[in-house]
Amino acid sequence: MEPEISKDELKRLYRVMALTRNLDTRGSQLQRQGRIGFYIGSLGQEAAHIGSAYALKPEDWVFPAYREIGSMLLRGITLNQLLDQYFANAEDVQNGRQVTNLFGIKTVNYVTGSAPIATQIPHAVGTALAAKLRGDPIVTLTYFGDGATSENDFHTGMNFAGVYKTPTVFFCLNNHWAISLPVERQTASETIAIKAQAYGFEGIRVDGNDILAVYQTTKNAVEKARKGGGPTLIEAVTYRMGPHSTSDDPKRYRTEQELEEWQKRDPLVRFRKYLERKGMWSEADEKKTQHETNREIDEAVQHAEKLPKPALETLFTDVYAEMPWNLEEQLRQLREEKRQGDDN
Amino acid sequence: MTRNDKVIILGEDVGVNGGVFRATDGLYQEFGPNRVIDTPLAESGIIGVSIGMALYGLRPVPEIQFMDFIYPGFDQIQSELAKFRYRSGGQFTTPVVIRTPYGGGIRGGHYHSQSTEAFFAHTPGLKVVIPATPYDAKGLLTAAMRDPDPVIFLEPKKIYRTVRGDVPNEEYTVPIGKANIAREGNDVVVFAYGTMLHVAMEAAELAAAKSINVEVVDIRTIIPFDIETIMNSVKKTGRVVILHEACKTCGFGAEIAAQIAERCILNLKAPILRVAGFDVPFPYVLEDEYLPNATRVLAAIEKVYNF
Repeated sequence: MEPEISKDELKRLYRVMALTRNLDTRGSQLQRQGRIGFYIGSLGQEAAHIGSAYALKPEDWVFPAYREIGSMLLRGITLNQLLDQYFANAEDVQNGRQVTNLFGIKTVNYVTGSAPIATQIPHAVGTALAAKLRGDPIVTLTYFGDGATSENDFHTGMNFAGVYKTPTVFFCLNNHWAISLPVERQTASETIAIKAQAYGFEGIRVDGNDILAVYQTTKNAVEKARKGGGPTLIEAVTYRMGPHSTSDDPKRYRTEQELEEWQKRDPLVRFRKYLERKGMWSEADEKKTQHETNREIDEAVQHAEKLPKPALETLFTDVYAEMPWNLEEQLRQLREEKRQGDDN
Repeated sequence: MTRNDKVIILGEDVGVNGGVFRATDGLYQEFGPNRVIDTPLAESGIIGVSIGMALYGLRPVPEIQFMDFIYPGFDQIQSELAKFRYRSGGQFTTPVVIRTPYGGGIRGGHYHSQSTEAFFAHTPGLKVVIPATPYDAKGLLTAAMRDPDPVIFLEPKKIYRTVRGDVPNEEYTVPIGKANIAREGNDVVVFAYGTMLHVAMEAAELAAAKSINVEVVDIRTIIPFDIETIMNSVKKTGRVVILHEACKTCGFGAEIAAQIAERCILNLKAPILRVAGFDVPFPYVLEDEYLPNATRVLAAIEKVYNF
């Protein structure tokens, strides 16, 4: 079964996957070189999050975890926006307030993520319920990992969605590892998908390293939700080919052999081979794509690295709509401290 | 709710039943099931779903049945509700008003009596409002529902039924962040809020009989608190008693005392005294011994007056 996607669109999807892979590689390098503070990547999970995001319309909303970088790029978040965030500079829309890839842009309905696990899941249900109450035909999709399915908010969100039949797609990237714990330590269920049964709606398991299967499965769920058919849980079976983050060393808890097995199922290689077999992709296309995506990343890095830190007052703005007296006072104190520091 | 169709009420038993304290009585009948929504029994879901609704532009007013049950939703309040504006650089905002009955005096034991406003006051990004009179309850709630920031709105449950006051039918607001001088006096100031305002007023009457002229300030908004009114009353009287029913250690009274010490210690004629709940889990049968009463407050007033 092949979904109906035009040749140009298939090539665009591959390009976003390649860009994501190269961005992940660069992000880790930048951290190792001490140029950014932290990196958390999506290596090996590109098909799952890019294929699913591709099934959404621009008016739909995404509630990410933090490992779905390609879905940001696909929805129109730019490399400049991302690299400014990585370098936490003065042009970062979040004013350098969050660690790498905890990011969102309102104009593309991509909600700013956070580090606590699964807290975004009830939000996706709330936004879907709000849209349903207002009669707006939008769908919300939330990403989370296998570890998140142990959390209260996963069960709460699923339960509310079942009760109110909200237009929500619960998209679990089962990458087999929650930092050092294998999925068997998160659940005794045979699969994650079957958990949906308990909440009164459908759960589907899909090969998360097959971008076309992911796309088609998500598209079906999104269309069902838009027509009033309620939520779906999708379990995309994939693998975290990299460390949890730049602060993690997976050699401590998993075997090289396991990684090698999954490297044979690398979603990027699989999709490229598919395109090659279809005669849509050549060695020259590959070279050009690698060159272009890396050059785009280079440019965004060069731009972001030159910029200064966010202004001092951004420490105090956006806590409230208007700065209350105590924050104004603390800002004045900090400014005075800086002035005295400059005088000395 | 008539004025703004984006206002949605949600919570346990808030619909058909009108809330266990009848706070939402009649709203389901008037506005229907799409505006007044009965939810599953899950506080993190009530608050998390409210956040999602607010992100979409609605004005959810969730009810948590008792403040004692808010903790499954604490992660949502602390990690999400309070931080969305900041972490997104002002792109995403979550103007949710969480209403919840708090405090003792109804023979409710540990789990229907606690007063833990300090947890929320310690979280930047939240506003914490505690009315003490029917007039302020309406005016502050209306202000909270029009506020661009998330508000924890604590309703003193003892006075749901014991305090009566005139409430105008027409719309009005009471500004968030402004204390109210409930009684003017020159000798001693008592700072209080919620149910304890009425205890402070009673103690002030008892003190008046002993010719001690007590000023009582209703703090009304814990965050952001009205530093100007607080300092003016301290400068005027020089003698301070701080009253709350929450346990003493790290209670909000400690913050008021520290602010006074930082700003106008030389205006003080006596040590600052706190009258508060004891540092124990909220009791059941010994509730009357636990809760500050007018006699205990009067003793503190006399102590600072005679210092």
